[in-house]
Amino acid sequence: MAERQHKTFDVIVIGGGITGAGVARDCALRGLSVLLVEKYDLTNGASGRNHGLLHSGARYAVTDKESATECIQENMTLRKIARHCVEETEGLFITLPEDDLCYQKNFVEACTEAGIRAEIIDPKEAIRLEPAVNPTLIGAVKVPDASIDPFRLTAANMLDAKLHGADVLTYHEVTRLIIRNGSVEGVVMCNHKTGEICEAYAPLTINAAGIWGHLIAQMADLTVNMFPAKGALLVFGHRVNQMVINRCRKPANADILVPDDAVCVIGTTSDRVPFDEIDRLKVTPEEVDLLIREGEKLAPALATTRILRAYAGVRPLVAADNDPSGRNISRGIVLLDHETRDGLGGFITITGGKMMTYRLMAELATDLACKKLGVDKACETATKPLPGSEKTYRKRGLPTAVVAEEGRHGTLAPLIPNATDIDRAMVCECEEVTVGEMKYAVETLHATQLINMRRRTRVSMGTCQGTLCACRAAHVLCELAKTEAKQSQYELASVMAERWKGMRPVAWGDTLKEAQLMSVVYEGLCGLNQRAGKGKEIAQ
Amino acid sequence: MSEIQLKNISRHELEQCLKCSICTVYCPVSAVEPKYPGPKHSGPDLMRYRIKDAAFFNENLKMCLNCKRCEVACPNDVKVGDIIQEARIKYSTHTPSLRDRMLANTDFVGTMATMVAPVVNFSLGLKPAKTVLHTVMGIDKHRTFPSYSRQKFETWFKKEAEEQQKQFTRFVSYFHGCYVNYNYPQLGKDLVKIMNACNYGVHLLEKEKCCGVALIANGLSAQAKRQGTVNLKSMRRSIENRDEAIVTTSSTCTFTMRDEYKHLLELDNADVRDSLMLATRFLHTLITAGKIRLAFKKDYRKKVAYHSACHMERLGWIVYSTELMRMVPGLDLIMLESQCCGIAGTYGFKKENYERSQQIGATLFDHINEVDPDCVSTDCETCKWQIEMSTKYKVINPISLIAEALDVEETRRLNTVHEADKPRMQGDLAMP
Repeated sequence: MAERQHKTFDVIVIGGGITGAGVARDCALRGLSVLLVEKYDLTNGASGRNHGLLHSGARYAVTDKESATECIQENMTLRKIARHCVEETEGLFITLPEDDLCYQKNFVEACTEAGIRAEIIDPKEAIRLEPAVNPTLIGAVKVPDASIDPFRLTAANMLDAKLHGADVLTYHEVTRLIIRNGSVEGVVMCNHKTGEICEAYAPLTINAAGIWGHLIAQMADLTVNMFPAKGALLVFGHRVNQMVINRCRKPANADILVPDDAVCVIGTTSDRVPFDEIDRLKVTPEEVDLLIREGEKLAPALATTRILRAYAGVRPLVAADNDPSGRNISRGIVLLDHETRDGLGGFITITGGKMMTYRLMAELATDLACKKLGVDKACETATKPLPGSEKTYRKRGLPTAVVAEEGRHGTLAPLIPNATDIDRAMVCECEEVTVGEMKYAVETLHATQLINMRRRTRVSMGTCQGTLCACRAAHVLCELAKTEAKQSQYELASVMAERWKGMRPVAWGDTLKEAQLMSVVYEGLCGLNQRAGKGKEIAQ
Repeated sequence: MSEIQLKNISRHELEQCLKCSICTVYCPVSAVEPKYPGPKHSGPDLMRYRIKDAAFFNENLKMCLNCKRCEVACPNDVKVGDIIQEARIKYSTHTPSLRDRMLANTDFVGTMATMVAPVVNFSLGLKPAKTVLHTVMGIDKHRTFPSYSRQKFETWFKKEAEEQQKQFTRFVSYFHGCYVNYNYPQLGKDLVKIMNACNYGVHLLEKEKCCGVALIANGLSAQAKRQGTVNLKSMRRSIENRDEAIVTTSSTCTFTMRDEYKHLLELDNADVRDSLMLATRFLHTLITAGKIRLAFKKDYRKKVAYHSACHMERLGWIVYSTELMRMVPGLDLIMLESQCCGIAGTYGFKKENYERSQQIGATLFDHINEVDPDCVSTDCETCKWQIEMSTKYKVINPISLIAEALDVEETRRLNTVHEADKPRMQGDLAMP
């Protein structure tokens, strides 16, 4: 860290979510030297805790036309530049007997105005296209929704930023902004692994920390009027549906079901939470009930499908400056130049928006950054594919782990070591992750800890939630990253605690049995609780 | 717990798997073949991904023997083997070869072969023929086909036995299967002998087709389904005619018709399933209920090693066959450790599987050699072929052993006593 203490960059980007990674990439592509700082791991916040839905914009067409237009434009762009992160599932907006069919007409008109291809289809045709859909539906509209993997998307942006010279620091929390002469000149960071304090300097700092951006702004005594809105979701054990299913009505709770990889996800709820809760969200039994009850209406088979886990994220909603009560909250993009807004130079906040529009947010922020830094270079991110998305290719008859790797890493999959038996050995059998893929994640995708592996490779995201693979992955990481055994035990305990956190709200039936097996293996057999120190609840 | 949670219980086998991996420990293929991903991974794990994308189907699933030992091992009652077979039926793009069709169509090939049995038996045993089969057809040269009988069991039954059945007042139907019909009618004759001695008449089914197990294994499940429909219809007719059961002498045919018809071929067999059983189970149940009695020859002596066929394990019926044999005073029964013999029907006949097949059975063959019995006994005909091809011992079905040891005259007398004498008989079983 010593050599970095006084390192100077053109831009410091705070926040390793999709927005921060997107800004870092855009800046790097335009030739700026960039430092990306994240306090934990990439996608630890809302970027890693959403639906994984590539909105067509149809959901917002009636209520928020601007967002709808942005969505469909970015939807078409991401299909091209991030094709290895996108699965082109298409989507349905269904009308159930309890809904007003008149809404459908407004909906289709609004979609058409926003430039979204919305096609009314016969309910029978909808059942043919998506056999899991509620068969009592009375109306259906087909829209260009799709599924997108936010972990892959963020990692690919980060990777491209690095390939273009950016520095990335994870587990570094910004503790203070260095302000001199009315301008932010750098940041003070705490390294969470070592406890060391370090600094970095740049003429411009971009606050892209999502809901935590509120706290970053506070460090400069600024107020960004943010309202944390918690959204809870459930992950089901396998893919019940192959198309995204939405309700054709005014957006409400739990009305989107998205097929993601080998699972499907129902969500979300929406509730204001106080700021002191954003780092320790819990999914309540009431939320679980609501999600199942509404989910069944979209696809009745969910009623008899195992729920693997529940999770929640926080939307960084922003109220207009003249609306401190937050009554007119929009989901639109908010770009604040604190020099013109607050008289503080060298500081920009980019927030609001959605994962869907991260690229546009990054473009707007980088345009402003370039203007402030006097750089004249056009944005390329709308046309330049992300690493891994250069082209699509498909081969049949390959080992299943190779098929999975191509799905996750696209054209970069051949870089994954698979020469030896050990490289090809399976770590996570539910999600087809090999030792080679873990190696690749450590060497290329900035995975430094066991808990990062899930977000880079899907280790422990499957049916067993880590029961079988977490200990294997810990062992592999010990050898790859030269982690000390004691550190590994601690990481293993925290991964298991994190898995149990998601299982706990849905711990009945097979998921409860799984948790019991997990507890027997890790607590009973391995004695992990005692070894990893106090306070690490794994399962009870 | 709220009502919604009580209701939300998974109905999907693939996600009921808790990933404990016990099935993989018990998988005979995984034990010898590193390229096979094992039952858990081939079945529940990958099924989740196959639902997403058929590219996750890999032809290495055909290394599965369909022994179902994974299902016996599973503590959460997941039909692991069925998930694998279902995937093969649904996703395999491999069209069955001429060899696969010949091996699978036991009915057709059997009918043709019995017509010219001596020629077929002679020529199939010749080295040049074996070489041709090995290189052109892909049937391994180490294999010897079971010889075909000159006379089909059905033909014998109609000529020699059918008329005598009319003297009885209670009946069973007999599903003899292809092996008894084309290769080894003696087993069928032995069953008729026992049933008749117990004062039961034997009917054949109105129409019997091959159960279809080899068709399913070779990717011809549509044909299996057609044949299954015929069999189920005939069995229903037997039940209507008040036959007390449909008995069999092959564990695999029985397992296929009881369980795979429903799980893999989606045939509704609920109305006949309980009536369909191995003859040893039928006899054992009647004996323990005091309804029939068996008497055995006083001087009978034999050391028999019993091999638990995989599908017998899955049915859970080993106890009926072994307990029945234990009723024979001079029969010294030794249980071999339960494991797969490696043949799995047509599997072991294929060139690409031969070596694996022998590796799987190796410890079983060693065990048999150690025991050095007078003969081996098992309820499965393909296990019989494998053990006979791989050891020097003869393999005999429990029904044939019972028939051999049976004192027919005494048994007939015990079972034809007057109605008035019956109460006296209740607790007086034929066991030594």
